[in-house]
Amino acid sequence: MTEFLHMGGYATFVWTAYGLTAAALIVLALSSIRGAQKTRERVEALRPRRRKGE
Amino acid sequence: MHRFANPAEFNRLADAILPWAKIIMAAAFAYGLYLALFTSPPDYQQGESVRIMYVHVPAAWMSMFTYMVVAAASFTALVWRHPVALLAGKAAAPIGATFTALALITGMLWGKPMWGTYWVWDGRLTSVLVLFFLYLGYMALWRGLDEEDKAGRAASILALVGVVNIPIIKFSVDWWNTLHQPSSVMRMDGPTMPAEMLWPLLTVALAFKAYFIVVFLYRMKLEINLRKLTVLSSIEARG
Amino acid sequence: MAGLKTRKKQRLVVASVAVAAVAGAILLVLFALGGDSLSLFLQPSAVHAKEIEVGKRFRLGGLVAPGSFVKAEDGLTYNFTITDCAADVPVSFKGILPDLFREGQGVVTEGRLNADGTFVADTVLAKHDENYAPPGTMPKNAEACTHPEGLDSGYGNSSGSR
Repeated sequence: MTEFLHMGGYATFVWTAYGLTAAALIVLALSSIRGAQKTRERVEALRPRRRKGE
Repeated sequence: MHRFANPAEFNRLADAILPWAKIIMAAAFAYGLYLALFTSPPDYQQGESVRIMYVHVPAAWMSMFTYMVVAAASFTALVWRHPVALLAGKAAAPIGATFTALALITGMLWGKPMWGTYWVWDGRLTSVLVLFFLYLGYMALWRGLDEEDKAGRAASILALVGVVNIPIIKFSVDWWNTLHQPSSVMRMDGPTMPAEMLWPLLTVALAFKAYFIVVFLYRMKLEINLRKLTVLSSIEARG
Repeated sequence: MAGLKTRKKQRLVVASVAVAAVAGAILLVLFALGGDSLSLFLQPSAVHAKEIEVGKRFRLGGLVAPGSFVKAEDGLTYNFTITDCAADVPVSFKGILPDLFREGQGVVTEGRLNADGTFVADTVLAKHDENYAPPGTMPKNAEACTHPEGLDSGYGNSSGSR
């Protein structure tokens, strides 16, 4: 296990590369999903008011 | 093409695709990472550091693929005044910028131990940095201009001008002397790596492609909702 | 309706021509002005052909000639020959070599020619080729100098042959 984590002496480089990739992809995915949900809620909040007014 | 023009139709299509894309993404990530980190051999020259390739190369492919998506969307938007196409470019750009940044950063982390430097201004590295700035410029134009139609048109024109950078990136390693090595996979005479290294690479590439589809569809929903909000609030304002 | 269609067709033509023109212009400029100046380094043949003056700083790249690597007596200076299989330049370097540095592999060095024609480098970067293989095996076109076509695939032949 330690040998695996050691990555033949390149641990810092290999794990930083994988870690940053995972972090960036997760942050982008979550912010996109949250953004889609939040904007949808805002659209739905506006709609009934408009219907009532009609 | 005109089926996607209707936002409601688009949302239905997106909801049909999303579960499948998510399953493929999860499976490809799990299997790809397993292959990349556990079963694939070290390289005869580069040792274990070659494992960076399995995220670096797919990220670099996606950076160019996504740019072509943005450019195709921009072209469609400019020629056919297609509102959904315009939003498709806007939705894809942040994904492309992220993949480009990741390609650059993982490349630096690979370059330091192997080449002996994080960065050189060779044809390949410089043209990929230009790609990153094209994404930033595209996104900045969308934000920078108040009138959304004008912003979208300016951004789309920039995206189309920037297309020339894609063949430059691809062939930079053949046209000029670079520190970066030539292509190992996308080449006329076939890949220059054995199957046990090619498979993890292609599996992670599939995972990235599925990831793109998932995030792109969510960002499309986001952009369509934003557009609806502008329309609804302008109706509201008019009473 | 017909008017709308022609306008769309017009925009299609204008957009296509504009993209092609801009792309063509940029690529042309790159080829006309670019060439060697856009290359990161010169290969030994180009160094000989250009008769670069002593003391001018530039980058020299190529393969570390097999059997040429010698560690000097001070234990800090390394001497080796950079070759592109057509011409050689002797190199001397004092410093830390990258992990990938080995005979028969590519390098990019930066420094100056001295009076006896030796390239005194202050930076040595290792250039790896496009071949990958598990330890103990050899990739399909590993040794560039033993294969006539090896140079083509490994090192952009631009500056050497132009």
